[in-house]
Amino acid sequence: MDRRTMATMTTTPVTVLNKDSMLIVKEQDVVPFRNRVKEYATKIGMGLVNQTKLITAASELVRNMLRYGGGGNTLIEVVSKGRENGIRLTFSDKGPGIANIEMAMKDGFTTGKSLGLGLPGTKRLVSEFDIKSKPGEGTTVMIIKWKNG
Amino acid sequence: MEKIPILRMGQFLLVTIQVDLYDRLALNLEADLVQMVSKTGARGVLIDISAVSIVDSFMGRIIGNIANMSKIMDAETVVVGMQPAVAITLIELGLPLTGVHTALDVEKGMELLRNKILVDGPENDGDDDDNASDSAE
Ligand SMILES: Nc1ncnc2c1ncn2[C@@H]1O[C@H](COP(=O)(O)OP(=O)(O)OP(=O)(O)O)[C@@H](O)[C@H]1O
Ligand SMILES: [Mg+2]
Repeated sequence: MDRRTMATMTTTPVTVLNKDSMLIVKEQDVVPFRNRVKEYATKIGMGLVNQTKLITAASELVRNMLRYGGGGNTLIEVVSKGRENGIRLTFSDKGPGIANIEMAMKDGFTTGKSLGLGLPGTKRLVSEFDIKSKPGEGTTVMIIKWKNG
Repeated sequence: MEKIPILRMGQFLLVTIQVDLYDRLALNLEADLVQMVSKTGARGVLIDISAVSIVDSFMGRIIGNIANMSKIMDAETVVVGMQPAVAITLIELGLPLTGVHTALDVEKGMELLRNKILVDGPENDGDDDDNASDSAE
């Protein structure tokens, strides 16, 4: 699959400048993953507030992947679009998938007796958000935080 | 297993979170704190998160749980030193830290707790011995 086409619906293409990946299989992987994201965000000079938003979003998605998707793979990419640099994160699992994405994106919707904040909250924290899921096949969430976004 | 130390300061308990917590460590802290509140009859819990750079919904829920359970045991919870970037992020995430008071630093947090206790009526049980630290076990 060409990740470039998945990433954006605008006309300016997103270019990948650097790429890294990390498998997430257990709770202890969460903090190292967040630290890795932070490294890349720092490297492109992202400010503290945007970094904090990005890493918090990443933390939510990686937790969902562990809790509902049984773990999965993450992709950390440094991307650029026009003059803007940013970090793109992709979370893919082969879990049960989400039957109704519209519902899952609502504040307060949870099947895990939790707060139901992860997905809608994440969307608010990042510049671009894309979720794809097929019941029985898995879920892929992609987010981008632009350096100045 | 590593543990986060809980300090006893008079009728308050103080926890300083120095690292980005692993989930299990956070859950242990929740259990330890609640146990410690019940054991010591503490009237307030101060959680210093000035060194914490990320509070996601999991951490937020733990803090909320500590506050709710402490409340049942007649103790108030104050979160102190939240970094501005963390506060901004929490609002956008939409995490309601219900039942949790916040203060700029430990000193202001203590002041807030003292006022709370006065307002709620002083239940002086004279158990004010300042015996340094006492880690929950
Ligand atoms: N990777 C995934 N695989 C399958 N289902 C998922 C996945 N991610 C989320 N979901 C479903 O979407 C729902 C909403 O997710 P969201 O992160 O918004 O809330 P939550 O995880 O239930 O609660 P919170 O994130 O506040 O702890 C989940 O309860 C779950 O049913
Ligand atoms: Mg979630």
